[in-house]
Amino acid sequence: MTPIAAARHVEFGYLPGAPVIRGVSLEVKPGKLCALIGANGCGKSTLVRLFAGLLTPSRGAIVFQGAPLGRLPRREAARQIAYVPQNTAMAFPFTVLEVVLTGRSPYTRRFCFEDEKDRARAMDALATVDAAHLAARPVTELSGGERQMVAMARALAQDPQFLLMDEPSAGLDLKHRAGLARTLAALRDSKGLTSVVVTHDLHLIDPLFDYVFALRRGELLAQGTPSELLTDTALAEIYEDQHVRTRRVDGRTLIWSN
Amino acid sequence: MLAAPKLAVPATHLWRTLFLLALLLALTALVALWAGGQTITLAQLRTDDLSRTLFFRLRLPRVLMAGLIGASLALVGAALQALFRNPLADPSTLGVSGGGAVGAATAIALGWAERVSGMPLIFVAAFCGAIAAVLVVHKIARTGPIMLPGALLLAGVVVNLIASAAVLTIQYMTDSTRALQILRWLIGSLDVVGFDIILRMLIFLIPCWIALLFFSRDLHLLAMGEETAGALGVNVARCEWAIHLISSLLVGVTVAVGGAIAFVGLIVPHAVRLLFGQDLRIVLPGSLLLGAAFLIAADALARVVLSPVELPVGAVTGLLGGPVFLWLLYRRQRYSAL
Repeated sequence: MTPIAAARHVEFGYLPGAPVIRGVSLEVKPGKLCALIGANGCGKSTLVRLFAGLLTPSRGAIVFQGAPLGRLPRREAARQIAYVPQNTAMAFPFTVLEVVLTGRSPYTRRFCFEDEKDRARAMDALATVDAAHLAARPVTELSGGERQMVAMARALAQDPQFLLMDEPSAGLDLKHRAGLARTLAALRDSKGLTSVVVTHDLHLIDPLFDYVFALRRGELLAQGTPSELLTDTALAEIYEDQHVRTRRVDGRTLIWSN
Repeated sequence: MLAAPKLAVPATHLWRTLFLLALLLALTALVALWAGGQTITLAQLRTDDLSRTLFFRLRLPRVLMAGLIGASLALVGAALQALFRNPLADPSTLGVSGGGAVGAATAIALGWAERVSGMPLIFVAAFCGAIAAVLVVHKIARTGPIMLPGALLLAGVVVNLIASAAVLTIQYMTDSTRALQILRWLIGSLDVVGFDIILRMLIFLIPCWIALLFFSRDLHLLAMGEETAGALGVNVARCEWAIHLISSLLVGVTVAVGGAIAFVGLIVPHAVRLLFGQDLRIVLPGSLLLGAAFLIAADALARVVLSPVELPVGAVTGLLGGPVFLWLLYRRQRYSAL
């Protein structure tokens, strides 16, 4: 199966002589729900920003649908790749609908406003993440978890083929965290959406995710199915923590560290 | 399919907003043209030579100058607040007004009264000072190919502080008459005779206005967050560079001609947001029109309140704009950007 996106020997550092990503090569298969895990500071967020085209590799290349991502015009890329950042705080009280409508900007001309179809698409995206009731609220009045849902709705309004999310479950309550995983799995099944989710929340992964990439100190340490990577030995190596324990309960993997 | 609440901004809202603000601008300009130490009526314009001279040589150029400077400062304020995602950013944030003040204070202290290509040397010195400040701030904020907005903001504020210290030093070292002249320039003034300077300003201002308005949509997305804007197809680095450059040019010209007029760039964009919503595609052109109307009104008040004594327009913008802004803020408790 041809990958939808791939990293080919990618290296990147924010400062000269301090690489954050070191020669990472990986392939993301289309229609798969993938997790990107690893300890704090291992380069997960940086790698996902590279895939989003927000950063450019200092060596190697990010390939999207067979061609270097850098060659794809930005607006065209924004129609196919959506990114939900970790920080969703805003300085100005835009309404939630205004925020979600910006997801339609890759489809509207520079001096045109979004039309009724775009508004309907934005409302659909809000409904998908169970946040339609927030449409009229100023985004500055929302909780962190609600802002995460709005950011995801904005990304879905882009109608992407490839969705990248950085710590989307941070700040979500139990119900919405489970809802997030179900929504991503449903979008995969109904629309073939490929997603890569950076997460520390390992309980989010099992059983709905298809594949897991694990980074350690900027390098790709391991990859495989959740059942292959969510084990005592694999996680001990990924997090460099010998106290990690896992147990299968009711078809799910419980994970903790003593 | 769920119905969208009538909140998001359709194109009709833009045109309605612009129509209302253009009407306000026209009315303000008419009142300002009529008002002054000596009121001028249409009948006087037809029959009285003195009134005609007063109107065409002084009153009309001054109203136009106020409009141009107010529009530019408010437009830049709106753009910078979005660019830095900081509701407290304004034209002085870039360090431009500080640089301009040093240039003007130097020229006044040294008694440079000559003209260069028809422009008073004080204006030229202020513009050079403003551009020098921009270059310093730009150099500091740029790390390799990346512009750091946080560093840009901080460098601009610090350059302004250094400039304030430099201006105080110049004032301290010069004689009292020139120190007073410097103070008057610092507060801001719109004294102008004829249309020469206005025409020269227009050569700079109109292309800069068009260029900033061209970036309205990018600024709307940048106001949501730098990464969000990048992911939605905005070339963030190019936008930041261009908006910084255009804003600097605009403020450099207005500071050179009108001095450091405070408050306009800060409060007018907020007033537009409070009245017409947050969409930058409306806030930018709205600020342009309301900024013009606001400074024209402030200048008219400066001329008539203590007539025949004229107040400095910068003092009026602060005294008039501050309370009006606080009132708007009070009326809209929901407004949580500050």
